[in-house]
Amino acid sequence: MAQLFPKQANGLSKASIAAGAAVGGSVLLALFLLARSGYATGEGTPYDQKVPFSHNHHTTGVGIDCRYCHTSVETSATASIPPTQTCMNCHSQIWTNAPMLEPVRESYRTGKSLEWRKVNDLPDFAYFNHSAHVNKGVGCTTCHGQVGEMPLVYQAQSLQMQWCLNCHNNPEQFLRLKSEVYEPVWNPPANQLEVGAKLRAEYKANPRVSCSTCHR
Amino acid sequence: MKRSSLLALVSLIALAGGACRQDMHDQPKAKPQSKSGFFVDGRTGRLPVEGTVARGELRADDHLYRGKVDGVFATTFPFKIDAALMERGRERYAIYCTPCHGATGLGNGMVIQRGFKVPATSHHIERLRNAPVGYWFDVITNGFGVMFGYASQIPVNDRWAIIAYVRALQLSRNATAEDVPAAEREALLSGRKALPGEGAHAAPPAGGGGHNAPAGDAKPQAESAPKSPETKH
Repeated sequence: MAQLFPKQANGLSKASIAAGAAVGGSVLLALFLLARSGYATGEGTPYDQKVPFSHNHHTTGVGIDCRYCHTSVETSATASIPPTQTCMNCHSQIWTNAPMLEPVRESYRTGKSLEWRKVNDLPDFAYFNHSAHVNKGVGCTTCHGQVGEMPLVYQAQSLQMQWCLNCHNNPEQFLRLKSEVYEPVWNPPANQLEVGAKLRAEYKANPRVSCSTCHR
Repeated sequence: MKRSSLLALVSLIALAGGACRQDMHDQPKAKPQSKSGFFVDGRTGRLPVEGTVARGELRADDHLYRGKVDGVFATTFPFKIDAALMERGRERYAIYCTPCHGATGLGNGMVIQRGFKVPATSHHIERLRNAPVGYWFDVITNGFGVMFGYASQIPVNDRWAIIAYVRALQLSRNATAEDVPAAEREALLSGRKALPGEGAHAAPPAGGGGHNAPAGDAKPQAESAPKSPETKH
């Protein structure tokens, strides 16, 4: 019986094995990268909201403190979205005819909630507490990005577990003075690790990493 | 052979599809301020039945919760005022009051400068200097004129802390050199800059105490000067 395969078939079969591995590997790599991309995590894309509220204007522009609206951030798990009345504190007198604000006025007239689309949406199996963070020197912008520069807010971080643990394992990378926690735009000092380590000791910021800390 | 590989492919697709389900991410439980599919108005947060009083929330103390003693506005604070509370008041004032009333209470905060139709009242007018603290508490709680009540934004104790701080602001613009403790008076009169710790929140000495003018007449340059400690939050 004659040879079925010519001699080059050896090389061809080896090459095809390598090619198969390469294709399989790149598919896996692509999936790996896709899961971490903004497409999957929702990072970096502002949402359409009923009212195009600008944090940039209200914080950096007008100088209103985060806590004027997010009143429960220091004492509760949620920072809280303000009731329509908080908007009307000012907008009953200023920009009263702006069409952009009609949903706000409508909500105030009718008592129906103004529905906002949640931008930073953690999975429901992860427990998060705002007050535990802001009272230990974790600033708003550490997780929410430079909100003071965002005309429309977007999710600034991946919010994946890996990202949470990055800080829970080494919080000195991010800790800041408690008096600077609510700065709407904040950049770390050049010697952040040094300052952060000092603040970590002072504030006793020792985050836990056991499963049940967040998955409770 | 062919059959089993087809089976493998189908189960792989089913697995991949299953991995995309978000049931665990978005559980049908009520989280604060989330949308409810159960209640008609779509709100997860429910109001208690009218007239309900939560345990420990009766708020029977008129002085503390309404700023009134025997039906008239209280002239005293319901608890002791100390430095820590004043500091708390300074911080809370910066958060909730400065947008309209300004860092020094002249009534020309940023929101007013941006076109609020009615100027905010200056805290340094005669009427408000003489108003009892209970009146201040009532205004913060229930509002006054075009100012809405801040009961939902500022907890009771913080309202009192703010009032204590406003009293200090008022004093800072209506004081004489004799009111300054002897040790610091010398520094004040010699024109030396106060050292850190000396008269921490004192505004620049008021010339002649003529600060009874309504907000509209307030000199903007006087307001913009002491920006450093008071606008910091």
